[in-house]
Order: sequence, then C-alpha cells, then structure tokens
Amino acid sequence: MSVNLEIPRRLEAFIDQAHQVAVHVFRPISRKYDTAEHTYPVELDMLASVMDGLTDSGATGGAGARHLRSSKTDDGDKKVRNGGSMATVLGFTELCWGDVGLALTIPRQGLGNAAIAAVANEEQLQRFKGRWVAMAITEPAAGSDSANIHTTARLDGDHYVIDGEKIFITAGERADAIVVWATLDKNLGRAAIKSFVVEKGTPGMELVRLDHKLGIRASDTATVRFTNCRVPKENLLGSPEINVQRGFAGVMQTFDNTRPLVAAMAVGVARAAIERTRELLAEEGIAGDYKRSLFHVKAAEAELYRLEAELEAARLLTLKAAWMADNGMPNSKEASMAKAKAGRVGNEVTLRCVELCAAAGYGQNELLEKWARDSKILDIFEGTQQIQLLIVARRLLGKTSDQLK
Amino acid sequence: MSAVGRALSVLNRLAGSEIIDRMGLRGPAQAVAYKAVKNGFVIGDAATRRFKSLTKLAKAEHLPAAPTREVFDLTYTEEQEMIRDSAERVAKEHLRRAGNAASSAAKTPDEVLARINELGLLQYAIPESLGGVGHERAPVTSVLVAEALSYGDMGLAVAGLSSVGVVNSLVRWGSAEQQAKFLPAFLEDRPPAAALALMEPHVLVDPLAPRTRARPDGPDFVLKGAKAMVPLAEQADLLLVSAAIDGRGPGVFLIERGAAGLSQRADCGMGVRGASLGSIELEDVRVDGAALLGDEFTSAMYEEMIDLARIGWCALAVGTGQAVLDYVIEYCNDRVAFGEPISNRQAVAFTIANIAIELEGMRLLTLRAASRAEQGLSFHREAYLARVLTAEKAVEIGTNGVQLLGGHGYITDHPVERWYRDLAGVGIMEGGVLA
Repeated sequence: MSVNLEIPRRLEAFIDQAHQVAVHVFRPISRKYDTAEHTYPVELDMLASVMDGLTDSGATGGAGARHLRSSKTDDGDKKVRNGGSMATVLGFTELCWGDVGLALTIPRQGLGNAAIAAVANEEQLQRFKGRWVAMAITEPAAGSDSANIHTTARLDGDHYVIDGEKIFITAGERADAIVVWATLDKNLGRAAIKSFVVEKGTPGMELVRLDHKLGIRASDTATVRFTNCRVPKENLLGSPEINVQRGFAGVMQTFDNTRPLVAAMAVGVARAAIERTRELLAEEGIAGDYKRSLFHVKAAEAELYRLEAELEAARLLTLKAAWMADNGMPNSKEASMAKAKAGRVGNEVTLRCVELCAAAGYGQNELLEKWARDSKILDIFEGTQQIQLLIVARRLLGKTSDQLK
Repeated sequence: MSAVGRALSVLNRLAGSEIIDRMGLRGPAQAVAYKAVKNGFVIGDAATRRFKSLTKLAKAEHLPAAPTREVFDLTYTEEQEMIRDSAERVAKEHLRRAGNAASSAAKTPDEVLARINELGLLQYAIPESLGGVGHERAPVTSVLVAEALSYGDMGLAVAGLSSVGVVNSLVRWGSAEQQAKFLPAFLEDRPPAAALALMEPHVLVDPLAPRTRARPDGPDFVLKGAKAMVPLAEQADLLLVSAAIDGRGPGVFLIERGAAGLSQRADCGMGVRGASLGSIELEDVRVDGAALLGDEFTSAMYEEMIDLARIGWCALAVGTGQAVLDYVIEYCNDRVAFGEPISNRQAVAFTIANIAIELEGMRLLTLRAASRAEQGLSFHREAYLARVLTAEKAVEIGTNGVQLLGGHGYITDHPVERWYRDLAGVGIMEGGVLA
C-alpha cells in the first residue's frame, strides 16, 4: 500500500489494444459516420466479436460494460485491486480518443449492459448474457428529475405491463433490449421506480423516431413508445419490493459505475484534441516542453499547458473513482466529482482547441470541430453538470434532496 | 524485508520522535532513543552557531528512491498516516490558534517552531547513517505533512518546513563535506534556522535564469544579487541561494549568516506572513568553492530542486484549501438568510461543490508528482502541471471562501481572509519549502 498514480503495468497491453482499435477501426471511419447520421457502422460488428473474444479470454483485465460490477468483497484480503472498473475506464478513454459516437455504439457494450451488471441477479446475468442492452430513463417531461417519470409498470399475472414514452435512448434502435425505468406506483415516489428489461420486438414497443444531433452522430438516439407492453416479471432488475427507506438506491447504483465511465470518455476525447492541437502548434514552432512558466511562453503554449493541467485533474479524479469501485469503497460522491470535472473539462478543452487551431480547428478537414461537438453530450448524459454538483454538494453539506433542490 | 521486520523498522524509526510521547502514540514497543545515535556530535550553542565538520564522511549519503509500484493506489502507509495524524494535531492545536496573531505580526512564534520541530521531520529527512531516521526519499510524506500543517496555517507551516527543505537539499544533492559540516546541527535540540532562497524580487521572475550572479574568482565565488520571499529570512543561520554562475548556468550556494556583504531583513508580503518572510541581499559575498551545493551540481539537479519546491507549495495550497472547504461548509450550514441555511441555495452549494472538486484535482496532481519523484521517475511535467492547476484553482478557492462568508469573510474575525491572502501566493513562490 503506497501512493502511486501511474497506470498499472498489468493493464498496459489491454490499453494498447483499445488504442489500436481507436487508431485503426474508429479514426478511419470517424468522419464517415459523423456525416452519414443514422447509418449503422457495419465495421463494428467485426469489432464487437473481437471484443467479446478478448473479454471472455480475460485479456481485457475484466473490462467492458458488463463487468462494471462494484466489488463488494470483504474477505479480509487487504490487497489493493486495479480491477474491472479501472480497466473499463482506461479502455473507454482510449476508444473515445478514437471516436465517442462509435464507442457508444459498440454492440453489446451499452449502458443497459452496465445497469444489468450493476443490479441484476445471477439468473438475469446468465439470461441476458451476450445481448446488447440500451438504457431508457429520460421522458419528454422528465429529464434530470428522473424520479418524476410517468412511465408505469403494472403487475398483471406473470407480467408487468409497461406504458409510457422514453426519449434520448442511446442505441435504442440497434440494441437487442432496453432497460426501462418505470414506476410501480406514482404516489410512492422514487422508491417505486424499478428497471425492466424489455426485449426488442416485444409487442407494444414501438420505435417512434431517431434524433438528429449536435454530435455523436454515429450513435443512434431513439424515442420509443410502450403501449400495453407486457414483459415477464422476471425481467424486473433488483427487488420488486417498494422500500421507501432504501428509496432510489437500487436503480441509482448504476450511476456510481457509469459516471466514471462517461468521465473517462470525456478524458479520451479531450486528450485527442490536445494531442492534435499540440501537433499543429508544433508546426508553428511551439515546443510545449514545459520548460518555462506560463508568463514566459507564447499565449497559445500557455493555454495548452492550462488545458493539459485541467485534463490531468479530470483524468485523476476519474481514476480515483474507478479505483474506489474496484476496492469496494462507496464512491457516489467521487463518481459525481469525476463526472462534473471531466464533463466540463472535456467540453472546454475541445472548444479551446478549435479556437487555438483557428480555421484548421473549425473546418472539417480535421476532426477537432467534431470533437468539440461530440464532447458536449458528456457534460449532459448520465446526469448533467448541475445534477453532479447537486449530488456532490448534498454529500458535502449533509443535505437531503428536499433541503438542497 | 519481512512484514514483521518492516513493522519493527517503522516502530524503531518512530520511537525517536518525541511527538509520539506527546501524542500518546507510543506502543508497546520500547523506544529506541535516536539521541543516543547523536552522541557523536557535539551540541553547539544555537546563539553563536557555527557549522563545523566534526566527523568525516567517506562519501555523501543520499537517500535512495523507493521501488517502483505496480498498482494504482491512493492508500497511505501506516507510517505516513501516523506522521500525518501527528502533524494534523499540531496544526489544529497550535498553528490554527497562532495563525492570526502571527499573520498580524508577520513573525513566527518560537513556540510554534518548537512544536513543529517535535514532529521529528528533520530526523526523518536525514539518513540513518548520518544520525537521522530516514531510509528513503519521501516526497509523498512531505506532501502529506505540508498539507496537514498548512491546514492549520500556511505561513507557520512554511516557517516550520523551511529548515527541512534545506536539509532535504543537503541530503539529496550535498557533497560528503557539506553533509558532514551542516547536517549534524539539524539533529540538535535547537536546530538552526535555514531557508531555500530561490525567489527573486523582479517581475517576470524566472527561477531557471536567476539574476543573482556568481562570479568565479580563483577558488572562490563572488555573489551579487537579491532574493525575495525567503522564509525566516532575518533569522536564518544558513541560506541556500541560487545564482547564475558565469559561463556555467545556475548553481545553489550554501551561505552562512554573518558572511561579509550578506544582509538579511524582514520584508513581508500580502500573506504567508507567519513564515517571517524577508529579503536577502548579496553585495559581493565571497564564498569558497566548497559552498557550491553538490560535488557536481548540474542544471538537471537545479530543475529538480525547483520542481520539488513547487510540489511543496502545491501541498501547502491543498492544506489551506481544505481548511477553506471545511470552514465554509460549517459556516454556510449555520448561516440563515431568507429563513433557511444559505447552503440550501444552489448558488452557494455549487460553489462549495466546486471548491471540493478543484481541491481534489489539486491534491491528486500534487500526489502524482510527489509519488513519481519518490519512485525515482521523471516528474518535471507532473510538477509543472500541478503548479499550473494549483496557481489558478488555489486563488479561486481563496476568493470563493471569502465570498461565501460575505462581509464576515472580509474581516479578520474569520480566518478566510487570511487564507485568501495565503492562497494568492502559492502560484508565485519559488523555493522556501521542498517536497
């Protein structure tokens, strides 16, 4: 047990694999699917198989959406772990260095997979193994206030009957199934909200539209309507009991695992922008060798250092949150800190890099402008900047959501 | 070394620190009084201190780097936790209480210096072979201690760590002759005051290119120039002064109090006032060749010194930043306006959340730089980025701290105005402390 903030050597080969995917699979088709929005990137089918193989062989160091299960072992073993959370975070950083939109649409690596990994029982883990699962939380009238969802689930015999409309579902068209948040009883508030796995093709489930977006255009974002949609009651994730004490904890637990992941995505795209900007500035004779203080270098170079320092803070906060998850420490606050910092830094860095590179940054011959569009979503989905700050502040100040709204 | 051996070794080293008794930390293992080890050294009179070499060293003793680590980990060792806990207690019981008065007087109370000295930091900095208890480089521990002390008061922490920085420099880079001459005095009951003087008074200062010159003259050097923001400047018995050596680049010189042409005076700043900051002037100060730090002091060593000092200032900023955070949480939870605690408002709560987020970022960058230094890895980039981040965020935390208290933050009844002034300095300072 000693302080060390370097990437563990054990994970280097895995990180390099992810980087190779980013370089050789994502980057060459990055602009293509940014332009051809809603076209399925067929190149990813091959990749998904490769990734499944890697995951199953253990070569990924336990990475991947379906390995995001918080370690809760208390077997007296005090050895520090760098496990699935850290590997996934580092892998996604590399993939998003390549392309955020494509990383979001890798088959079988959906956010729903992460939700299943976090809260499903063993039987469900087995049953949904190998599926591509999307996540449906947001509704037209309920975004950040996800406790206020209107979609209902009503027990009827061996089935739950789901009614309602969900928007902003990443991979909602492409996935094999969707994890849907619905309430068992609107009068019982957030404790009654449960998540249900709804398989594609279930009668009453209808794809309404695909959105056109600012960025991450390679990833489809769907609106899905559920009308009298019957799902087997075994598809409820977690406990069917409405426990007002435990409240939202079950479904919200997913976020402790996925927020560092989104933070990692922001770190990846921001690093891509800084690296490219550094190359372009080098052509103009700016060395970037960290030799002299900010007041002794050109303004562009100073800005690069400042952005790099911000990115490093985001990166280390993200690694800390993942390290805590791997070692069974509650990390809600740290996950939100990482997401808040990385979300805004990823956006700031990519936008400033556009500015630093002027026409090259703004034009479409480079990917800088695309990264500046892609990064914005990372400060929004899985909880906006403001929601993260609320969570962090409530923890720091010891406040409930009624006191600090 | 086996686990048991390691534990015994830790206990053994800790046993020498009087603070263990004071804090009631002494375990069943009996103390090994390190003072016995010091018996080889004659204790000098602090008032008329002369550094004299009483033993001969065959070669310089440098603490080794720690082994490189395999796992990303933010857990402190037991030894680090014990030292940090002790430092935290001194910070809370003494530094925090003395901070305001020391700031007003711009003077370090002897009592506070004595309390910090009792932590045994000088002993930890000096290798066992030279009478201390140090066994390997410990920048991470230095960071934790600086953070803990600065939680009490940054200025007083700087005063207390000033001599440690000089000792660390002597252990890290000093020649056998320099170590034998200067280090023993720091193991005495009343160690000398010493300071690392790298900062200069002109605007657009660049520590890599000091304006203070060292002109070789036969076997001697003749130094001319000025230094600023030097801790304990007026009382320092020993100064490490950077200067550009004609034709060779920067070097660092060991200059003793009373050298002809050397003047030391108090000259305080906006903050960090408990450190008894001051100015040094060198008007053709002649020193012999042995006063140049190291057998072969290189520019790489000099850059390392600057980086380690900056890591030290980052750690101080983290400690004071934490003080701000804890203080505003309590204040804003208590303070009622419009019928409810002001912390129920997002404008207030988000500001506090952002203090916590940026503070943690500062802490992690600082730890990374220190940990790399500890493991013998390159750490220039990491120290640079930690400095860049800290310079910006520390000032932000300071100003938001005052803002959150409103008018109350502006008056000296609350410590946040002092922290505001202290945090404004961390991105500026060079030297003074060393991680």
